[in-house]
Amino acid sequence: MRTAISKTELENEIAGRFGDAFRLHEKLPPAMLSTGIPEVDALTGGVPRGAISEIAGSVSSGRTSLMFSLLAQATSNLEVCALIDTNDVFAPTMATTAGIDFDRMLWIRCANNLEHAFKATDLLLHAGGFGLVVLDIGEVAAKDARRIISSWWYRFRKTVENKPTSIIVISQEACTRSCALLTLELNATAAWSTTSRQNNVYKFPSNLKTESSVRVTHANLFSGNEIKIERRRPIIPGLNESCFQSYAINGQ
Amino acid sequence: MFACIYSPDVNEELDDFAYAFSPVVEHTKQHTVTIDVAGCELMFGSPYGLATEVATRAKRPRAEGGLGSQVNIAIAGNPDTAIHAALQLPGVSFVAEGEELTCLREFPIESLEYSLVNIEAKQAEVILETLKLWGVQTFGAFAELPITGVSERLGQEGVHLQALAAGKTSRHLKSKQPAPIFSNAVELDHPITELEPLSFIYARLLNQLCATLSSYALATNELLVVMTLENKSDHQRKLSLPHPLLDHKVFLKLLLLDTEMHPPPTGVVGLTISCEPVKPRVIQNGLFVPLAPAPDKLELTLARLAKLVGETNIGSPSLLDTHRPDAFIMKRFVLPTKADTRRRRKPPNNRQIPATDQQRRVGFRMFRPPLRAVVQAERGWPAQISAWGKQRGVYGKVAQLAGPWRTTGDWWRTDRWARDEWDVALETGSKNQSSKIQGIYRIYRELLSGAWFVEGNYD
Repeated sequence: MRTAISKTELENEIAGRFGDAFRLHEKLPPAMLSTGIPEVDALTGGVPRGAISEIAGSVSSGRTSLMFSLLAQATSNLEVCALIDTNDVFAPTMATTAGIDFDRMLWIRCANNLEHAFKATDLLLHAGGFGLVVLDIGEVAAKDARRIISSWWYRFRKTVENKPTSIIVISQEACTRSCALLTLELNATAAWSTTSRQNNVYKFPSNLKTESSVRVTHANLFSGNEIKIERRRPIIPGLNESCFQSYAINGQ
Repeated sequence: MFACIYSPDVNEELDDFAYAFSPVVEHTKQHTVTIDVAGCELMFGSPYGLATEVATRAKRPRAEGGLGSQVNIAIAGNPDTAIHAALQLPGVSFVAEGEELTCLREFPIESLEYSLVNIEAKQAEVILETLKLWGVQTFGAFAELPITGVSERLGQEGVHLQALAAGKTSRHLKSKQPAPIFSNAVELDHPITELEPLSFIYARLLNQLCATLSSYALATNELLVVMTLENKSDHQRKLSLPHPLLDHKVFLKLLLLDTEMHPPPTGVVGLTISCEPVKPRVIQNGLFVPLAPAPDKLELTLARLAKLVGETNIGSPSLLDTHRPDAFIMKRFVLPTKADTRRRRKPPNNRQIPATDQQRRVGFRMFRPPLRAVVQAERGWPAQISAWGKQRGVYGKVAQLAGPWRTTGDWWRTDRWARDEWDVALETGSKNQSSKIQGIYRIYRELLSGAWFVEGNYD
């Protein structure tokens, strides 16, 4: 009498009773939301829907510019967006020049209260129907951001799973750990066309000429942005970094 | 069967008096009402019994539910015959079916109520004048004329008038419906000071209110809650919704959140909830339109968020038409309708320039309030900056700078502004160490006070 049967034989035996329970279910690649910047889209394909994406970088690294571009792109596609502004730093006068449709953007100002920001995000995600939810903790010190308990991130990840909502977290250092499907590290180069110090300090802008004869205006500052992928699933070998130019003109 | 009540002394009270006998009441004309008495047999016996009861009650004084005067009442198989009989015959008249002409025969032709068959006064006067010229003086004489001849000479209007004179018309009463009341109230024996017991009262009243609205196929976008307090004062709360809703559970949650944010100062001894009835919202979503939050869920979420972060800290920014820095107001977040979406697709106004690939805008993070800074200047140019706030600190040597840009405005107001703005790149580290750009900031000097501030950083 035969006493031992192989695993394959056993699976074949009970396959009819349990269907495809033993088959490996591969996750479909997530739908992507365009960032509005071709260089970033070429690198990442956009930001994934139904998942957390993190944009990390220090001060003046280009995080907010990327956030503006994302919001502008989403609102122009008639998506309803939400911005949870932990430290009340969103500047509507500057954002409007990026093309953000404010009628489709819900702005929640949390007055430096991190707990309120997370609770507000949770409420929004559970309400559903938002195409893009941005949680801005970019002013929260990295040491404080690292202390945020992981259960929040797991909760957010679980809530938006299989939904068309994309969560973007803006931070100084990557803090979502393994919960983010995509983590971008930004570093803009602050090399700008300088003004000549020979000019009179109180002369008006029309009199201020740069060395390269380019008129310097508000925010005509960054000459290059560097972007690096810190985490991505699935991993695409050989495609981790990108550089592109920023042409910011007259921020006012 | 129909009954007509006529009283030359009473007009306004006649409707209320008639409602005591039948729910279907037509205010026919001044001092005259007509009621449908079908089905009233169980209460008043025969139609004649009803007519007697009406006459008896009408004689009673007004304090006892009567009219304090005598009325003419006529009962007939059709309302028009009953009206003519009541107007012409005193006391109680009963016209059996098929005997209409017998009753109406002797009535003068001038008393024909042409408005009952929707004939204009001018046209009716011409017809009546013609009838007089023919020697027709009574209803009976008119009714006996051959219908073909009447039709040929007086037209269809003449035929309708003849049928009216013969008591052969048939129509429904134009019933006057009492105005619906979309309000519910409750008075309490003991004052309520906690939210939980109040929620049960809310639930009951809202249930009734939504049932009333539903019966009229209506919804509401405004709820008014009036709480009568222990100190005899009123505490009012108005709940305005951007879209009409008809879900008592949503209303209950919204009211509870609102009451939690704006609680009454003392115990509640009475509660009234009324609403503004409007037509329900009917929307047809497009197949390719992106997903948007459900209106009821969104309202609940906004109410919860308002409770969490404060009502003034949630909404959509709206720019003000001024050059004042950071000038905007927060407006209520409302989902754009289809019409808004179509309007948005048109080229935007001057203040909203869409970013293109060639014109990427640099982000800016505004410090609210701006950081007071100590700036060391060399020949008028900022050289060293130091600013510390509760949340952040900005300090360093100015590596590069651009500016100044002078802006002034509202000089005629007390809150005028005048300042010189600079964009500065700050670096940290001493001369011996390798210096590193730590950020690009916008600083400004107030011309009125001479103080320096850090407004925010480019990001």
